[in-house]
Amino acid sequence: MIRLKVNGVAHQFDGDPAMPLLWYLRDLLQLTGTKISCGIGICGTCFVHVNGEPVHSCVTSMKRVDGKEILTIEGLSANGDHPVQRAWMQVRVPQCGYCHSGHIMRAVALLKNKPNPTDRDIDEAMEGNICRCGTYQRVRQAIKLVAGVKA
Amino acid sequence: MNKIDLVSRRGFLGNVFSAGALVLSAEVLPARAAASQNTATAWEPSVYLGIETDGAVIIVAHRSEMGQGSRTSVPMILADELDADWKRVRIEQAIGDPRYGRQDTDGSRSIRDFFTPMREAGATARLMLIRAAAERWGVPPSECESDLHTIVHQPTHRRLGYGELATAASKLAVPKKEELQFKPKSSWRYIGKGVPSYDLAALGNGKAVFGMDARVDGMVYASIEHPPVFGGKVKSYDDKEALQVAGVSRTVPIPPFTPPAGYQPLGGIAVIADNTWSAFQGRKKLRIEWDHGPNQTYNSSEYKKELQETVHKPGKVLRNEGNVDAGFANGGKIVEADYYVPLLAQAPMEPMVAVADYRDGKLAVWAPVQSPQWVQEYAAKQLGIAKEDVTCHVTLLGGGFGRKDKPDFVLEAAVLSKEIGKPVKVVWSQQDNIKFSYYNAPCALYMKAAVGEGGRPTAWLQRSVFPPIPSTFILNAVYGDAGHLGQGWTDVPFDIPNLRVENGPAKPHVRIGWMRSVAAIYQVFAIQSFADELAHLAGRDPLDFLLDLIGKPRILDLKKTEYPNFGAPYNIYPIDTGRLRRVTELVAENAEWGKRKLGKRSGMGIAAYQNTLSYVATVVEVNVDDQGKIHIPRVDTAVDAGTIVDPDRIRAQMEGSAVFATSIVRSGEITATNGVIDQSNYHDYRVAHISEAPYQTNVYLVDSDAPPTGVGEPGIGPCIAAFCNAIFAATGKRIRDLPIGEQRLI
Repeated sequence: MIRLKVNGVAHQFDGDPAMPLLWYLRDLLQLTGTKISCGIGICGTCFVHVNGEPVHSCVTSMKRVDGKEILTIEGLSANGDHPVQRAWMQVRVPQCGYCHSGHIMRAVALLKNKPNPTDRDIDEAMEGNICRCGTYQRVRQAIKLVAGVKA
Repeated sequence: MNKIDLVSRRGFLGNVFSAGALVLSAEVLPARAAASQNTATAWEPSVYLGIETDGAVIIVAHRSEMGQGSRTSVPMILADELDADWKRVRIEQAIGDPRYGRQDTDGSRSIRDFFTPMREAGATARLMLIRAAAERWGVPPSECESDLHTIVHQPTHRRLGYGELATAASKLAVPKKEELQFKPKSSWRYIGKGVPSYDLAALGNGKAVFGMDARVDGMVYASIEHPPVFGGKVKSYDDKEALQVAGVSRTVPIPPFTPPAGYQPLGGIAVIADNTWSAFQGRKKLRIEWDHGPNQTYNSSEYKKELQETVHKPGKVLRNEGNVDAGFANGGKIVEADYYVPLLAQAPMEPMVAVADYRDGKLAVWAPVQSPQWVQEYAAKQLGIAKEDVTCHVTLLGGGFGRKDKPDFVLEAAVLSKEIGKPVKVVWSQQDNIKFSYYNAPCALYMKAAVGEGGRPTAWLQRSVFPPIPSTFILNAVYGDAGHLGQGWTDVPFDIPNLRVENGPAKPHVRIGWMRSVAAIYQVFAIQSFADELAHLAGRDPLDFLLDLIGKPRILDLKKTEYPNFGAPYNIYPIDTGRLRRVTELVAENAEWGKRKLGKRSGMGIAAYQNTLSYVATVVEVNVDDQGKIHIPRVDTAVDAGTIVDPDRIRAQMEGSAVFATSIVRSGEITATNGVIDQSNYHDYRVAHISEAPYQTNVYLVDSDAPPTGVGEPGIGPCIAAFCNAIFAATGKRIRDLPIGEQRLI
């Protein structure tokens, strides 16, 4: 039996321990805010936080999150008003928006570690998040807005 | 079905509104939609708009939202003309139904096609509300005006809200078009200014419902092993091990398609499970013996050589002015160049996915599709039912780029649901997405010019060869169709006395389809690169040379050419080289062309083109560092898209187009070996990441009263060419074969 907390709520899982966290979140808990894209841990669309660190939920097995605390986009803030979410709206970052849960979760982790990131910090942190619509310029702008840097 | 409630599950508009609501009638339908309907009566609720008695304005978004913003911007046009308070507008996503008019969301057409119908719908409702208020007060309607969700009697300042008037208005005759009065531009509240996406909050908090998030009660999940080679078939298969995977319930063979492929399922073996992961795992355990069929001899590198040979042979003449052969014979310097663009995949972030529920001879689907009416048509054909018995609910699309216009994956879900008698969710992986696309055609292009005084061409020949999109739908179609050849090929805007445009034949070995900006990708790349080559050969400034080639402002005469003009009347949307010059000059001025000091191995490139009726000119600045890595510090783009609806979304489309173009130039390449697509995911079909994308894209909009055009696609072609021209300026290396890939630049 695997025990974990998702957005503060305790859960138990007795299925295949090799099942990636992503599919547990999406198909079993119906927390569909976390999206699937590459499925091999290279596009960042599925980022969630495990004990505060950003991980690719598509390649993180349930076995590895036993006893861990998971934070998804649904749990990031009560009303979608986390500073990063607010900045995302102010800058009108999303186009299709499909990859943006992952972008936001990655950006939150970046800003927690580096409240005033340089361009290089942003490139390094966000390099693993693909956006096919091409919203990178506004991703950068929104992160700088949160940091209080003039974008 | 809690989740799916976020997606419209309703029937036609009649069920959306409560009794007493004002629901606009068929009279406001665009002509072509009205012509195709035969059941709608005057108050058969049909399109676009209803007003509830509590004042809520409900506007139907009948186009698909894939990031371009039309789910917000099209209803916003109606809201403006209605003088509605945007805060009280609710948007309902339409199901597929011909009464909405054209729903196929492609060709950058949403704003262009529906600007006027939306304004007419809004103006019609506003006039009816004015008349209802006038009747209530017993005053002439001419004394009444609208003022943000209310009607005001000017002399007495009495006011009635839209909700209070809805029931009375709904009983009035629908005014004729001639009676409508449109708001002057100066009174527009939203058009020209824009509003944030209706879904913005939901996109930031995870609540937005994409196709991948659709769910219906009792549904099972399916993952399909397709034939690895296009047109292949299952010889035999063994599913014993697959069935042992926990959660897997059964397998279902899907028969191969009957050529031409069209939108039919590719065939293969589906694994059915109670969650996506189990279906994926079960699929890995399938043992299938394939008959790979005739396309197993397809190797893209050899195919490229075939295209390049064909492009050097005379082709079908599409446009012919003056006498090109005489022009070449008359001497002068002859310049030739070959260009090539490989197969490309749209690769939206959200893979193909669809939920289908077939029961009692009827089909309901929930899917991220660009054309719900095509789902009706082709799913009906596939299942042998009437298309009226297919209900297609459209979710948000996690990117489309043309791929989600083709409903093959929806048909798979439909076939499986009918077979197993349960709702089925078909989930493709990103690998499937890349291996089983409807690819943008690979294209060889040959350019030849005789160069006279000042390096100016006196004769110009351009010839392209690519397997055409019609080949996916018609057996033995080998020549390009006029529509796609009209994307920057037959409509070459240069002022050259002797000019010939040709296209040669090519057979496909994969499904060819359209991808954002389609043929402009290769056609604009070739023409605008060649123009740049001629400029450098002549030692002239590429900007001056480009303006010289475009020539004097004039309307391009294409009467002797088959030119569909993106489905728009040429008298209303002609190609005006004056507008092309203007964006070129505007971008050059703002990019400080020729004025900024650039560092080592840095350079600027320029290109300009008309596509989907919009004029776009782009300057790309490139820097190549000591390791040979390419950086794009800045892109400048000027756009003339006619009347501006939402300037921020036009900017967003141009920013995105610059990134899309960057991906094509840097690494966009699909190849095949023995008929099998070599690439499988974003690691080997790389799209631009943040550090590879342009750091900053500046967009300049021409303020225009011309009819609005589309902006989703036209930014891509010019950016591709400008990027390659900038690389030449920075390094002296001319990029004629895309992508750059591993080519060394230093």
